[in-house]
This record gives sequence, C-alpha cells and structure tokens, in this order.
Amino acid sequence: MKRQELLVAALENGTVIDHIPSHKLFEVISVLHLEEMTTKVTIGYNLKSEKMGQKGIIKIADKFFSDEELNQLSVISPNVTLCIIKDFCVVEKKEVKLPDVLKGIVKCANPQCISNNEPMKSLFHVIDKEERTIQCHYCNTEVCLDNVNLV
Amino acid sequence: MENRSLVTLADHSKEKIMYLIRMAQEFEKHPNRKILNGKIAATLFFEPSTRTRLSFETAANRLGARVIGFTDPKVTSSTKGETLKDTIIMVSNYADVIIMRHYLEGAARYASEVTPVPILNAGDGANQHPSQTMLDLYSIYQTQGTLENLNIYLVGDLKYGRTVHSLLMAMRHFNPTFHFISPKELAMPEVYKQYCHKHNIKYVEHTDFNEDTIAGADILYMTRVQRERFTDLMEYERVKDRYLLKLHMLRKAKNNMKILHPLPRVNEIEYAIDDDPHAYYFEQARNGLFTRQALICDSLGITLDDVIADTTIIE
Repeated sequence: MKRQELLVAALENGTVIDHIPSHKLFEVISVLHLEEMTTKVTIGYNLKSEKMGQKGIIKIADKFFSDEELNQLSVISPNVTLCIIKDFCVVEKKEVKLPDVLKGIVKCANPQCISNNEPMKSLFHVIDKEERTIQCHYCNTEVCLDNVNLV
Repeated sequence: MENRSLVTLADHSKEKIMYLIRMAQEFEKHPNRKILNGKIAATLFFEPSTRTRLSFETAANRLGARVIGFTDPKVTSSTKGETLKDTIIMVSNYADVIIMRHYLEGAARYASEVTPVPILNAGDGANQHPSQTMLDLYSIYQTQGTLENLNIYLVGDLKYGRTVHSLLMAMRHFNPTFHFISPKELAMPEVYKQYCHKHNIKYVEHTDFNEDTIAGADILYMTRVQRERFTDLMEYERVKDRYLLKLHMLRKAKNNMKILHPLPRVNEIEYAIDDDPHAYYFEQARNGLFTRQALICDSLGITLDDVIADTTIIE
C-alpha cells in the first residue's frame, strides 16, 4: 500500500493493534479500557483488508501494555497483530496468548454463580487452550470462550 | 497460614480421604469428647437444611465446642442487602470454624477466600456437598471393608442428583465399576460420562430396574425421581413407579450388598426393606456425625494422632 493511501496516521511511539475483526473492535476497546486513555488514540473501523475483507485497527500513542493486559485480548480476538512502535519503527511484534487465568474479564454463564451475585471479580481457569474451554473458579461451570459474555 | 477449608472433595487426594475415614472411625468408637473445648463453631445456613445442620451441630456439640449461627437467612442482614463477604468477615471475628450452607454455587469457595477462618461447605446450590460425599465414602468403607474395586449401582435421578455426581468423582481413586439406572429423561449427564472416560472409570447404563439388573451390586445407591424434574408429565407418570425398590427385588442380591440413600426418602425404598440386613440408609445418616466430627477437627488443625492420643473422651 502506498504511503498516500494509508488510512490511519503513522505513530511515533506506542502500540498498534492490527487485524482486529471489525465486529470485535469495540470489545477490544472496552477490554483495554481505552476510554480512560489521555494520550492520542486512533481507531479505524471497517477498513479494507486484503486478508480479512474488513478489519479494525487501533493505534495508541505512548502506551505499552503489559503482557497480562495484552493477553486479555486473546479472549475476544486471538489472531490480532501487535506492534510496538518506537521512533516510527516497529521494534517488536507480539502474539497474544491465552493466559492460564482470566480475572474480571468474562462473565460466568451460570446465573446462580456467586460471581454474578456479589460485588466481586469473576475468575476463570483456562482448561483447554486449543478448544478455548474455560472453567469458573467458583461454580465450576465450563464454557467455550467463543460463547462468553464480557463483564 | 494454610487455609484448612473444605470446599470440595475434588481438592482431596486418595490419601487424604483415607486419612479422614481413619479419623471418623476413631470418632465412631468414642463420639463424646472435650477435644474442642473452648472452640466456637458457627453454622450459617442461608438456605434451610435441617438434616445437615443438626448433624454438624451435633458433631460440634459432642466434641465440646459451642455453636452459634442462624438457620434462616430472613433473620440476618443479608435481607438488608449485606454481601456474603461482609457477613463472613463479621462472623470470622467470633468463630473458629464456619459451617456454611448457601443457595448460590461457588459461595463456599468465595467465602474461603475472604477469611482465614476455615469454611466447611455444607452445600452450595447445585454445586458441592462434600460432607455428604464423605459420609457416603465412609459408609461404603465401613460396610465393604474397602473402597477398592467395588460395583456401585446408582439408581433414580442421575441428572440432577448432586450426591451421585460428587460420589462418582470422589470414587475415581478407587477403580470402581458404576451402573447407572435411570429413566432416559434423568440419565447421567454427558459431562460425567466424559469424566468417567477421562479417569478410566468403567460404567454400564440401564433403564430396567429389577432383581437381575442389581444382582451384581456391592452398593445400591438410591435417589428419588421427582415430579418437578420432568418437562413431560406423561413421561413422569410412565416411569415414576419403575425405580422403586421392593423387598422381593433383593432375592438375588449379594450378601455384602448395602442400600444407601441420601434421605429424605419418600416411597423409592419400600418400608418393608427397613428391617432387611441390606438396608443401611439410617446408619449412613448416623455416619454423618462421625465424618463431620473428623471434618471439623481437620479444619481446626487437629490431626489423627491428636485424636488417637486424646485424653478428653467421655465414656
């Protein structure tokens, strides 16, 4: 793609999250709490993508997430591309990995679970990373990550 | 400090289960002691369960502990909107051990995380009821002399029955063969059959319930088929009398076979069976006392050696 066709402005320092499925974009924003950011955030929605047809992209200036924060992305969107930018250059590419434990991200599907009835954080153990199966730490309900609701 | 709560028996190894059985045997020999003199046990019953509460309170009282608590959450601050966490922290200021029954699943796990005081789970919704499972294991051990290589027949409501699911999981250490006898509508859920495959537990499924199907049983574990579990009431009417145990069905039973039931029984075991030597359900309930004595002591850091060396026995 030529420079003049770039759809989102280049970033001097920060993090680029690319290849987000369009329908997942707003969930990614929510999980990373981007609404609380004070630095510049550029969000592209329904952009053209050769690989995906349509995609979302987020560029966050002067922000470098911890692995723990980034791994939360794997819950909603396991195949995003992550680039760390310094001085307009990509200095590191990261993959998101499903962590062993998900705290305060996913809502338990069981309405009778204590985590849905007390002011507390939900907690899940990832029991099968390939099948993306998680189990509630409290009520033991098992569910596939593709069918969960976020907190 | 190590948290000595009992949330689920799934946390316990085979060795720990056998250790608790050994301790319960000591309490069966001498249930009246003062080993818990000066201790306070709180029984917090956020939903009523008279049987379980009486058993736990008797266990604590017979060991010399004093008991505080409530049997009806309507009288507590939870009706004013107090969180479980606040209630537990408040009671932790008073009691050495908290015995809790709650209608929400996972409540016991959560309670054990907000206080250093040990929590004994006396049932959390449809989730776990480890003291029931422990008394079932103890009853099987006491009647068979072992937990190894037994043929265990589970009868009735295998879909919703929490006790049969917990028993199945706790028996994984002991190479059992299970027979699941139930109407199709209340069959053992797929997730537990997968559990059996994963842990190499053998099982056979039946819909017939007669003297021939149960002839090979060492343990016949009866549960109640409840009307409210059926979406199709015609189906209920068709099967409701098929899973009742009648005296004549015991003709081919093995001599060592014992009948267990978590109680309360309605009509699923004919009353005439009560006097038959195979009947064991009332002794089973009594075993709840000894196993709960063991669970309370274990949660307070009292060891089997302490119990054996105990000089506070009241003859």
